[in-house]
Amino acid sequence: MIPEAGHAAAIVAFVLSILLALVGLVGAARRDLVLSRATGSLAAGQWVFAAVAFAALTYAFVTDDFSVAYVAENSNSLLPWYYKVSAVWGAHEGSFLLWILVMASWLLAVALRGQYLPFDIRARVLGVMGLLQTGFLSFLLFTSNPFERLLPLAPADGADLNPLLQDFGLIVHPPLLYIGYVGFSVAFSFAVAALLSGRLDAAWARWSRPWTNVAWAFLTVGIALGSWWAYYELGWGGWWFWDPVENSSFMPWLAGTALVHSLAVSEKRGTFKSWTVLLALTVFSLSLLGAFIVRSGVLTSVHAFAVDPTRGLFILGFLGLVVGGSLTLYALRASLIRSAANYSWLSREAFMLINNVLLVVAMALVLLGTLYPLAYEALTGGDKISVGVPYFNAGFVPLMIVLALALGLAPMLRWKRTEARLLWQRSLLPLGLSIVLGIALPLVFTGALDWRVALTFLLGGWIIASQLSDWLRGGLRGRRPAYLGMAIAHCGFALCLLGAGLTSLLSFERDVRLAPGEAAEVGDYRFAFSGTQQITGANYLANQGEFLVTPKDAGAQAPGVRLTPEKRRYMARGSVMTEAAIDAGLFRDLYVSLGEVVDAKADAWAIRIQVKPFVRFIWLGALLMALGGLLAIFDPRYRRLRQRVTAQTDAVPVPGDIDQAATGSV
Amino acid sequence: MHPKRRNRLLAVTFILLGASATIALVLSALNENLNLFYPPDQVVAGAAPIDTRIRAGGMVKSGSVERDPNSLEVRFVVSDFQGSDFPVRFNGILPDLFREGQGILVQGELQSSGEFAADEVLAKHDENYMPPELAGMAPQNEASAEGEGGG
Repeated sequence: MIPEAGHAAAIVAFVLSILLALVGLVGAARRDLVLSRATGSLAAGQWVFAAVAFAALTYAFVTDDFSVAYVAENSNSLLPWYYKVSAVWGAHEGSFLLWILVMASWLLAVALRGQYLPFDIRARVLGVMGLLQTGFLSFLLFTSNPFERLLPLAPADGADLNPLLQDFGLIVHPPLLYIGYVGFSVAFSFAVAALLSGRLDAAWARWSRPWTNVAWAFLTVGIALGSWWAYYELGWGGWWFWDPVENSSFMPWLAGTALVHSLAVSEKRGTFKSWTVLLALTVFSLSLLGAFIVRSGVLTSVHAFAVDPTRGLFILGFLGLVVGGSLTLYALRASLIRSAANYSWLSREAFMLINNVLLVVAMALVLLGTLYPLAYEALTGGDKISVGVPYFNAGFVPLMIVLALALGLAPMLRWKRTEARLLWQRSLLPLGLSIVLGIALPLVFTGALDWRVALTFLLGGWIIASQLSDWLRGGLRGRRPAYLGMAIAHCGFALCLLGAGLTSLLSFERDVRLAPGEAAEVGDYRFAFSGTQQITGANYLANQGEFLVTPKDAGAQAPGVRLTPEKRRYMARGSVMTEAAIDAGLFRDLYVSLGEVVDAKADAWAIRIQVKPFVRFIWLGALLMALGGLLAIFDPRYRRLRQRVTAQTDAVPVPGDIDQAATGSV
Repeated sequence: MHPKRRNRLLAVTFILLGASATIALVLSALNENLNLFYPPDQVVAGAAPIDTRIRAGGMVKSGSVERDPNSLEVRFVVSDFQGSDFPVRFNGILPDLFREGQGILVQGELQSSGEFAADEVLAKHDENYMPPELAGMAPQNEASAEGEGGG
């Protein structure tokens, strides 16, 4: 009964989102206040029913209702309750229901918190989001219904959640990632609403910024979580694979970063409007493209869901409509976008332009590498290829080096024009400091001077030193949240760059055969293996190995770290999984994983041992970036704007008045 | 020339040069890193190039996996269960999902002896997921506890 109720609720939500789209767009076009105000209740209604549908599916999981096909494929009676709940989004149909719930939540948020917007803009934004939600719900209802039943032959027990997913990462990664992914639909809707209404002034940029920043921050955290999860869960120490599914989350992030910066310029200086609108359209289109790549099964990936190509066709069609429609709208209204571009080469605007270009090129690079196998197969009538990792690194790394160099100059640049002499004076100290660090730190950490390690330290130091020196120059008195957000986010980027670069250059990895009593030396450490024992877990059996890790130069009796990697066999599916043992440290991780038994009689195992310096910097840097992005929206100017405009929206609005109120200077 | 026009000309030239250089570099990097895929019948027939980095794959033939007890070397046979088999030699740790009768992809070089020297072995990530390259081959029936349909 409950699953059927959930299905019905999804249908009601579908109808409500159609109504929302119609009411919002027609109401705004006719400047009808009643219709436009109705969008708020419709938004609330579609959220309620989306939530009911999601709750119904969760209920089916928690109560072990294996007559629902999706529950039978992804759950098991032995599964701990928290994994039963997260199994709701463990495969395609349920995770798409989560996507819909997230979209509904963003809709509700815009409806509730968007009261300060002019009524027609708000109605249009909600209308466009309603259109998108209609598309999503129709995809769910017509091709991917999670509520389908297996009656009358319901299985006695489920097929179990994939053991790789029975982990904390599944509880947090998809929801946070989706909040970011789907959140860019708000920026998209603002852009479309602005194009439809013909109003592309600085006010539009100011309205969009908080929403875009929050979505971007969540996407950053979502991607970082995915990387961290893959690192410890997949068992082999990799943290980024340039896998099509990873790329499909990274491309919106790259474009989204460009959008966040471009919005700042559009708000403050009124320029870059074409860039900003196109980026807003592009970022969400990339999100949809990502959904297509992940859910259609056309590309080989460790992460891809097992779905059939007809679903892929549906998403492709939807993608074509959205991208085609929005770009057509842009083409029709492009003449209305007027930007006054008047700035010198040494200015914030110019460097923001460089930033935009670099990020978009990086995104295009990743896009080409990700889609090329698809295009190749289509053009050659079936020959399959894959694009190797070196392609991505060869393109991406130089772009990031140039970006890092430009980023270091960012805090010291002024709008419109910066005096070269002043810039040089202010850069001297950070530049000198970063050169010193670039030479000293490699010697300290590695005892040698590899130019690539030096360059990495130099770039990271350059960004952080110039940011800190700018902050100190202004005095340590409190700065506005927008400034602090920028400073923290840029330093986070520097940490990420340091982490990614240094761990790629300085990691040690060895596959060895060890019998009990033997030891291996990797990096500056000695890994002593003392054998394995059998243990039992909640729903698995395991061989647990025991290692004692000591510094290489110390004696064999020195106190060390005890690591216990496991090789698990889950009883429901009989699948085997590697549980790596990690000793996490800020400056290095020790990573041991059991491979397989090489000699059963001697209990000798194939073992992978890794020492990974600075790998935690990657995720810490990403967290800082997200924190910076969130901090920026607490700037008082957004609150002041809301208060000022709210006071005026109670009166009957007239187009001219609203423009003047909204574009008041801040 | 009018200074503004000259600036624009410089800017456009710069952009064109930069774009051309970038595109050229990107395409050459792409070209060097394309890995072509060869199913077992093409490998056996000699249609796959020797001593070039390629991908191949198929099903692991049951009973063909041999591990050397004193090192990390392992040998197995990849088949399409339609008559084409080729041997693979790999030094390292096999992925967890590697199992006899299941599909895998190997990346490495085909030797003139007919043996495939793999430097990477990729297994499909769950029982229901079939990489598009292997979609044409039927998995060997296995009497096991995995009960769900599809595959």
